[in-house]
Amino acid sequence: MNSLRNLIAVLLLGSVLAIASPARADDAPDPFLGLASESFDEVASAIAGLAVSGNPQAAATIQALQDETLFVGPAGDDAPPILIKTDAGFIDARTNKPVADVNEDDLVPVKVNNAVRRAIEAAKGGLDLFAADPALRTKAAEQLFVSHDAAAVPLLARALEKESNPAARTVMLQAQAAALLAAGSGSDAERIAAIALLRARGDVESKSLLQSLHETSKPVADAAAAAISSLQRIEQLWSVLQSVFYGLSLGSVLLLAASGLAITFGVMGVINMAHGEMVMLGAYTTFVVQQVIRAYAPGLFDASLFFAIPLAFLVSGVVGILIERCLIRFLYGRPLETLLATWGLSLVLQQAVRSSFGSSNREVGTPSWMSGADVIGGLTITYNRLYIIVFAAIVIAALMGVMRGTSLGLRMRAVTQNRRMAAAMGIRTPWIDALTFGLGSGVAGMAGVALSQIDNVSPNLGQGYIIDSFMVVVFGGVGNLWGTVVSALTLGIVNKFLEPIAGAVLGKIVVLIALILFIQRKPRGMFPLKGRAVEQ
Amino acid sequence: MNRFSTNLCIALILGGAAAMALLNLATAPEFGLHVPTYAVSLVGKYLCYAILALALDLVWGYAGILSLGHAAFFAIGGYAMGMYLMRQIGTRGVYGNAILPDFMVFLNYKELPWYWHGFDNPLFALSMALIVPALIALVFGYLAFRSRVSGVYLSIITQALTYALLLAFFRNDMGFGGNNGLTDFKDMFGLRLQDDNTRVGLLLASAIMLVLCLLVARYVVTSRFGRVLIAVRDTEARTRFLGYRPESYKLFVFVLSAIMAGIGGALYVPQVGIINPGEFSPANSIEAVIWVAVGGRGTLVGAILGAILVNAGKTYFTGAFPEIWLFALGFLFILVTLLLPKGVLGLLQSKRQAKPGESKP
Amino acid sequence: MTIGPVSGSLLYLNGVSVSFDGFRAINNLSLVLEPGEMRAVIGPNGAGKTTMMDIITGKTRPDEGQVIFGAETDLTRLDEPAIAALGIGRKFQKPTVFEPHTVWDNLLLALAGDRRPRFTLWARETSEEQDRIEEILATIRLGDLRRMRAGDLSHGQKQWLEIGMLLAQEPQLLLVDEPVAGMTDSETAQTADLLREINRTRSVVVVEHDMEFVRALGVKVTVLHEGSVLSEGSIDHVSADPKVIEVYLGR
Ligand SMILES: Nc1ncnc2c1ncn2[C@@H]1O[C@H](COP(=O)(O)OP(=O)(O)O)[C@@H](O)[C@H]1O
Ligand SMILES: [Mg+2]
Repeated sequence: MNSLRNLIAVLLLGSVLAIASPARADDAPDPFLGLASESFDEVASAIAGLAVSGNPQAAATIQALQDETLFVGPAGDDAPPILIKTDAGFIDARTNKPVADVNEDDLVPVKVNNAVRRAIEAAKGGLDLFAADPALRTKAAEQLFVSHDAAAVPLLARALEKESNPAARTVMLQAQAAALLAAGSGSDAERIAAIALLRARGDVESKSLLQSLHETSKPVADAAAAAISSLQRIEQLWSVLQSVFYGLSLGSVLLLAASGLAITFGVMGVINMAHGEMVMLGAYTTFVVQQVIRAYAPGLFDASLFFAIPLAFLVSGVVGILIERCLIRFLYGRPLETLLATWGLSLVLQQAVRSSFGSSNREVGTPSWMSGADVIGGLTITYNRLYIIVFAAIVIAALMGVMRGTSLGLRMRAVTQNRRMAAAMGIRTPWIDALTFGLGSGVAGMAGVALSQIDNVSPNLGQGYIIDSFMVVVFGGVGNLWGTVVSALTLGIVNKFLEPIAGAVLGKIVVLIALILFIQRKPRGMFPLKGRAVEQ
Repeated sequence: MNRFSTNLCIALILGGAAAMALLNLATAPEFGLHVPTYAVSLVGKYLCYAILALALDLVWGYAGILSLGHAAFFAIGGYAMGMYLMRQIGTRGVYGNAILPDFMVFLNYKELPWYWHGFDNPLFALSMALIVPALIALVFGYLAFRSRVSGVYLSIITQALTYALLLAFFRNDMGFGGNNGLTDFKDMFGLRLQDDNTRVGLLLASAIMLVLCLLVARYVVTSRFGRVLIAVRDTEARTRFLGYRPESYKLFVFVLSAIMAGIGGALYVPQVGIINPGEFSPANSIEAVIWVAVGGRGTLVGAILGAILVNAGKTYFTGAFPEIWLFALGFLFILVTLLLPKGVLGLLQSKRQAKPGESKP
Repeated sequence: MTIGPVSGSLLYLNGVSVSFDGFRAINNLSLVLEPGEMRAVIGPNGAGKTTMMDIITGKTRPDEGQVIFGAETDLTRLDEPAIAALGIGRKFQKPTVFEPHTVWDNLLLALAGDRRPRFTLWARETSEEQDRIEEILATIRLGDLRRMRAGDLSHGQKQWLEIGMLLAQEPQLLLVDEPVAGMTDSETAQTADLLREINRTRSVVVVEHDMEFVRALGVKVTVLHEGSVLSEGSIDHVSADPKVIEVYLGR
């Protein structure tokens, strides 16, 4: 591959030199002639020559060669005709004029092997430097930058002469600089200017190119070193930003998983070990919704999550209300018993799902708008993570709205703060208990929809989140929704920053141990509620 | 605590184990009452679980500490014993390395990690099975009780503790065999593990250790210390104003209980032939809690009864109707907490006048 | 740190304040108790009487002010068991006895002695301890119920048992929070007798609502209101104080 590139480069260089010397311009060889050759090597070099000839027909000809619609006619006194076959008949490749009465039997197709094909690819890159579309020119220059081939220097120079588009120009200059540096040519001043260009460009390729240089001249070496360290700093900055993004994304997942618990445990004080299963039910609801959509309305698939979110809220919410009415209400004031009973419930729910859906992972699809990623500078932002962050923010905002702004929220807070007083004021406390628990469970179900996008949907889905969720709520301060938000995001970010240092598992262990120690220092979390009520 | 039921329990454990031993060793397999060796090990395993349950009842029933991480102490005791058994394999391993266990050769260890030294000595390994759980319990308990973490908060952080250990032991570079744990044991104290004699010996050892633990626990809970402990369980603040330091009382039973759990684990591993990180899973610890709840919390004997009943049920169900087992276990949790807050023993004794030491719902 | 404690006082509170979430439950409270004195503290609900006891016994740490026991022991630096060991006993507003234990065991656990696990683990009941328990049982009139589970006692009996436990602690200073709340008239009178008897050998601070009871005790009275001392003196003096009348009857 490399030797081939060198070969092409040498050929390119040769042809460019040929073009560049005006004295010989008149009797310049026919760039199309080599295409008629029997030898693949000659065809390949002809392609390379054609590419840099500046001939207006070069692009169409090379394209035809790639499409295998290029034919050679019988050689007469003149050079053999080179014809392009189109739907409307044959066209002369040299002149782009239609050619009448061609006997197809006389024509020989120009044969293509791998070497020729590679020559075509390479030629198209260079060709595009002269394409009409500035975006194509930029792309071509970009490719030359990556290959930073010394041979491309004159070609770039030629392209630059004509270039008026500033974006394309910038990239061509960068490519030129890269080629110059890689070739080890140019004066110190030129090299330093080139280094400055690369430094300004500031991406990973620039840095690795700079790092690969062995400069002998001190000023140039200094400039390169300075540029490298500056680029490294920028790279570090991006990687910090990337970690923050991953951390926010993990934090949002934690927040989603914990926000329902922040209601049931934080506000009501109920230890619901089956909380994870409410999340799991939400994920399975998503699966069922998608199955139904696939079967009856495949066109709606991209909207499947919008059906799944309210449904998951309903399913988990109703299950939550049932749990509260049938189990938890008999255990108020007995937290440890509640813990055990709801653990039992979680086993039952897991097994129920396992029996009906099987124990293997279920495939939940990702809508097209959620797949893919964007790169901003050195930051890769995957859409699914981005949307989960947004979703978590919406869920928590809605939850706070409900708690603060609605009469249901007011009643909930009244009941949890002073049950007897609330009852005396005519609030139906049992009903409020059930609704509060249903709300927390429903939120868990919505979290399940989001988690189905990034985690395996299996009966054990919830198990993986229960300890983390409790840690988040306790760390943030029980009964404090803001505390839960801060705690989830903090834990997410800390985790992601520890990962590169300690590895994923060890990082998690470190966070867990730190949390255990923290809770022992401040048993009521970062933002504790105060007052006699919390002292049992 | 009822003296009579404790003594009855001791008699049943010792008598039962002795009878099984006799029926296994002294009768021919054709004999109708012959006890097969796998049954000996099965019962031996139940007795180890009973030791764990007893340990848990000591802290939960008498000090109000609902530990959701007690299986961790059990597992650590098990790992200590497993390390000894591993080193006994010697050149009989697949790779035939005299020093390094198979998994280390496989993972390219060049030499034995420092913490594996000494485990070729059975006494050292046995004492580590007690000391390491005790140390972990001491540090953890000191921090937790000093800062007055209690109730569900304590439960949740004990669960986090065992979860952290679970993650840690899954790692290959921890040097404990990672995912697969320690297994393929050959012999113990120079006896072949597969021999009937060894199996019976282990059953008897488990029975004797269980009885010893029961006696120690009974002494502790009936002493003046135990009465303070019960007072701490129900009205911690009041004991403080009387001049007691609840944290030292809790710390003492917590460490004692961790040691018992370690003993249980050390006896468990040679009988089941394997120890892996799964033993640290939070589910295991919670399952142990339900043994205690089923038998009757705060009765000691109830914990033993519960461990044996539930595990016998588990053996039966997982064999006969594997689908049903998790349903059964789940409903057991729910029904016991809702309907049988004092457990089976409480049900049996419900006519008698309540005595100190029995938990209140 | 304005002035040192009044010489010879048993308990000295000076400028003590504590607030919860901005609410000042105790506000610049000062109080001096002589050795051997019995003091009644009265005040409307929420005046801070229980909080004052919380501060003395180490349950709540004051934001500012001095709390000095005896000559120079700074109580704000000690925790509850350490303060109890110094000889300050406390009876709670809501009777708290060890319900699963017998009356006898309740008293046994309260008896002065080594409280460390390494002692209680091996401790055997001595004949001195038994004599002492018998003595207290006689004082609190629960001799016949010694084998009864404390949880099965009546409300009044629990109050007495708790006072008995205080006696068993042999404290220098007893803090008694609303001892006659929920008692019958005759029980109330008996309790007043009991407190006077206890006061022969120890200092006592009694918090009470019941004016009749306070009158029956016949001791110096401190009236607490909104966290500070409103008035102090004999019961006749404070009940004639217009500020006190205002607080009790004005609203
Ligand atoms: N730990 C606490 N947290 C919040 N408020 C408290 C706390 N302790 C006492 N208070 C408040 O301080 C005030 C005084 O209470 P308290 O001392 O119990 O009054 P009293 O015993 O005189 O009726 C009350 O308003 C009470 O709500
Ligand atoms: Mg009060």
